[in-house]
Amino acid sequence: MTGLHAGPGAGPSTSPGLSITLAGVRHAYRDLIVLDGIDLTAEPGEVLVLVGPSGCGKSTLLNIMGGLLAPGGGTVHCAGDVAADCLNPLTYVFQDFALLPWRSVAGNVALVLEERLGRAERAARVAEVLALTGLTEFAGAWPRQLSGGMRQRVGIARALAVRPACLLLDEPLSALDAQTRDLLLDEFAALIARAGTTTVYVTHNLAEAARLGHQIVVLSRRPGRVRAVLRIHRPLAGRKPGDADLARVEAELWRMIRDDAAAAERETVDAAH
Amino acid sequence: MPRIDGPVAFRGGGFAPRSHAWAGAATLILLVALWQLGASVGLIHSLFLPAPVTIAAALYHLAISGELWRNLSVSLARLAIGWVIGTVCGIAVGLAVGLWSIARSPAMAVVSALFPIPKIALVPLFIIWFGIGEGSKLVTLAIGVFFPTVIATVGGVDNVPRGLIRMGQSFGLSYAAIVRKIVLPGALPALLSGFRVTTSIAIILLVAAEMIGADRGIGAFVLAAGNLYDTGNLLAGIVVLSAMGLVAAWLIGCLERLLLGWR
Repeated sequence: MTGLHAGPGAGPSTSPGLSITLAGVRHAYRDLIVLDGIDLTAEPGEVLVLVGPSGCGKSTLLNIMGGLLAPGGGTVHCAGDVAADCLNPLTYVFQDFALLPWRSVAGNVALVLEERLGRAERAARVAEVLALTGLTEFAGAWPRQLSGGMRQRVGIARALAVRPACLLLDEPLSALDAQTRDLLLDEFAALIARAGTTTVYVTHNLAEAARLGHQIVVLSRRPGRVRAVLRIHRPLAGRKPGDADLARVEAELWRMIRDDAAAAERETVDAAH
Repeated sequence: MPRIDGPVAFRGGGFAPRSHAWAGAATLILLVALWQLGASVGLIHSLFLPAPVTIAAALYHLAISGELWRNLSVSLARLAIGWVIGTVCGIAVGLAVGLWSIARSPAMAVVSALFPIPKIALVPLFIIWFGIGEGSKLVTLAIGVFFPTVIATVGGVDNVPRGLIRMGQSFGLSYAAIVRKIVLPGALPALLSGFRVTTSIAIILLVAAEMIGADRGIGAFVLAAGNLYDTGNLLAGIVVLSAMGLVAAWLIGCLERLLLGWR
């Protein structure tokens, strides 16, 4: 378990014990095969990053891993210990934030807690995760009043509030501008390191992949297959922007993906005509 | 070769109409003033169109004699009960259609077939079925309100973003919790828009129902005044109906500000 970095005060209790194993997963939308023969394992407490060209089935794979989509074939198995206060073991953070516009920031974070926790415990957890994500003074704001970066902070606060055993992040920074993305990437790295939960992170941004990944799974162009797996054994806490080693990983990833990405782009354009 | 030399002309104006509340009120006041003026100088005969002052006097006499309230209270009770029955049933069926495949096609077929029927034409039938008393009037109102409410509810539920429902599922919320916390609030704006339509429909049908077999109510009053060619009282009744519509719209506006502050 690397990079567990408990800060001052009582942080979320960690439950890094969950693993997710995919065996022979395939999926097709009608006749279009998007995933074929995917075997991989997200080890307990590690960050598994899925990268690949557009349309390779990264998000489809993430939805299969979290049970939002039934795979066309193969098995998804998760195993491990879950903390007693965990309300939702497999928890998503969405690209489009998926906040309820009619609930305040605190209301969005409390959404799941309302069903299961008493008033006092709920308030304490909401206050804790809002503080963790720097949202305390925005607790009463409506989502429409927030910038994209702040909205995604609400998304991550909502996810952390349920004490997940595994975080599933679907391109969480893709809808943000480049500057906000850099700022949030630093925060995400710290929050993920602190939580220490198993994390599956889908992105098309190779810098994010190198910064966050312990295991980086490169998918090929459609139909998506595992093309390569890279491992970075350094803890997240020690990884900084501009790190030469990470830049080399990023370059290597780009070398692997480049031709596929170019071909995938042409394919999309052709399909649109 | 053509040459361009000069300041860039502004061409981005227009297409942004703004509303001025005072202009609306001023227009109405001006029209009433013109109408009064026409009546005062003898251009408009009082039998064709009674002057605003005459209508105001008729309203005043109705109010102090207690006749206004006698009729209005009966009408308001019918309106409230009929509208609530139609709205509750409409929302229930609309939710069923919006949520369950098994209800969708059958219910929408029935709604599409029955919605265009003029409910006024069915009033005699309702009287045969439910009697000449309150039953037939309430049913007329409720049925008139029911169909547009179903359609507004289905539209509202269909427009709740799928991503929000998937979010609820991904967090392990129960079906009931997803309906209560995501589907219903998401459908609320469409539902409140629907209320604006259904309150107006309810007032129209109220008058129609009261014109057949009622001895009290604003509709009955307007019919009686019409039969006597008492155009002053007839228009006084119409003004009351219009005011009911305005009050209903204002109430819904309040409800929207209260419930949809997040928009």
